[in-house]
Amino acid sequence: MTPALSIDHLFVRYGRTDVVKDVSFSAKPGESYALVGESGSGKSTILRSVVGMVRDWRGKIEVDGMPRQGRIDLAFARHCQMIFQDPYASLHPRRTVDATLLEPLKVHGIRDRAERVVQMMQDVGLDPRFRFRFPHQLSGGQRQRVAIARALMLEPRLLLLDEPTSALDVSVQAEILNLLVRIREERNLTYVLVTHSLPVVSFLCDRLGVLRHGRLVEEAGVSALRTGTFAEPYSQELYDASLGAGDRDLAALQEATRGMGM
Amino acid sequence: MTEPLLQLRNLRVTFPGPRGPVQVVHGVSFDLGRERLGIVGESGSGKSLTGRSLLRLLKHPAKVETDRLIFDGIDLNALSEKQMRNIRGARISMVMQDPKFSLNPVMTIGTQIAEALRVHENLPRTEVKTRVRAMLDQVRIDDPDRVMKLYPHEVSGGMGQRVMIAMMLIPQPDVLIADEPTSALDVSVQAQVLDLIDTMIVGNGMALILISHDLELVARYCDRVLVMHRGRVVEELEAGQLHAATHPYTKGLLAAVPRMDETRKVLPVMDRDMEYDQ
Repeated sequence: MTPALSIDHLFVRYGRTDVVKDVSFSAKPGESYALVGESGSGKSTILRSVVGMVRDWRGKIEVDGMPRQGRIDLAFARHCQMIFQDPYASLHPRRTVDATLLEPLKVHGIRDRAERVVQMMQDVGLDPRFRFRFPHQLSGGQRQRVAIARALMLEPRLLLLDEPTSALDVSVQAEILNLLVRIREERNLTYVLVTHSLPVVSFLCDRLGVLRHGRLVEEAGVSALRTGTFAEPYSQELYDASLGAGDRDLAALQEATRGMGM
Repeated sequence: MTEPLLQLRNLRVTFPGPRGPVQVVHGVSFDLGRERLGIVGESGSGKSLTGRSLLRLLKHPAKVETDRLIFDGIDLNALSEKQMRNIRGARISMVMQDPKFSLNPVMTIGTQIAEALRVHENLPRTEVKTRVRAMLDQVRIDDPDRVMKLYPHEVSGGMGQRVMIAMMLIPQPDVLIADEPTSALDVSVQAQVLDLIDTMIVGNGMALILISHDLELVARYCDRVLVMHRGRVVEELEAGQLHAATHPYTKGLLAAVPRMDETRKVLPVMDRDMEYDQ
């Protein structure tokens, strides 16, 4: 089976420094893959080089078996879309929701635009009465729904998500995570998610890759998050630092029972 | 019974809106001893406004009213702006969210920390320098002499936040208000910064008010937690008793966080329009 996204020996350079060094991984169709790491580990840069926002890269990027080269074209845009971290920054402040969602349809010459916009708003849980509002008239969660709707307008197969919930409150984060799980099931999408939050990975993903200083140090199944066993000491460190208070008690309890030979 | 260090009664904050005044904090009251108090809530719950009101930092057009705001026997409401300035920093100080925005970009770190000390105390120059060096040492900066000569853009976020903490603690205040001190930092650095705040607070016998949206984090570092929602304190909890939360809002907040060993298919979502009774 052709992988939905395959990255082979990728190097990305900003000025004179390599920020991504020899990274290789692939995501199967329908899979949800997470790249985790701290700031500056190069995780967002990898996504940006896939969608052509970073030019200075070497190596091989294949999307659904098609090698990426030169500028991105319309066919690529229909196949792969990206959702950004900050819904305040990623929507045009002087365009209504309607104009934002219509734009990809106009560029691609797709018909039945009005119906598609209304349908998509319903699909992502936005009341159609928000159709002619501006971003500043919406809450953070509603804006992220607009950004998701915009990415889905062209019915892509592969969705790249760059920290989709880290700018949101916990209760809003739960809503957006539920939405992402639902649309992946409904549309059979492939996700490549970048995040620093391991619990989000646990909820949304099947596999994860841990990045540190631009290198992929470990790949693991999401079950590693449940058992808390990583091969690399750095991944383990990241895991321990991300444990919540409740999780810690649980981990200590498991440790104790294991010691008792249970 | 001993007087609490800080007493706040019935805090109300109002902003003017296009359709008349909008009240955003509805009567928050608490006592603070030499302990660690957490204030938790989502955006717009009024947690930061509460923190700022304690220092009387909110300016026109915000309208702040309290029935009682007593700190160490001083009625803060009765103080003039000039007298208030002697309290800020020296007795009660505040660490903000992002060191990138709260440090002066055109002053070296050493000069900035020294300024925090000189404003409140009259000391000879060599003494100031020794105190700054000792303070940086305390916040575990390895090479204080080098770091003192650096500008804020030359240090990482975690180190910037440690510099902020050094600056806030050098006048030896009684109360530290930390408003989302680690939200702009990486997970691994977060723990370091909070552990540092914790050691400094306990070591110096100070009081801490930790304001955050992260319930579990606050519970880990505080003795007592106030949960705020829409300008009201909806529940007060002992830190170890999070699982015993009874208020539907607190419970909803706890359940909405994905866990490390997540097996739920759908996360529970709160009803946004729900009004909770007092």
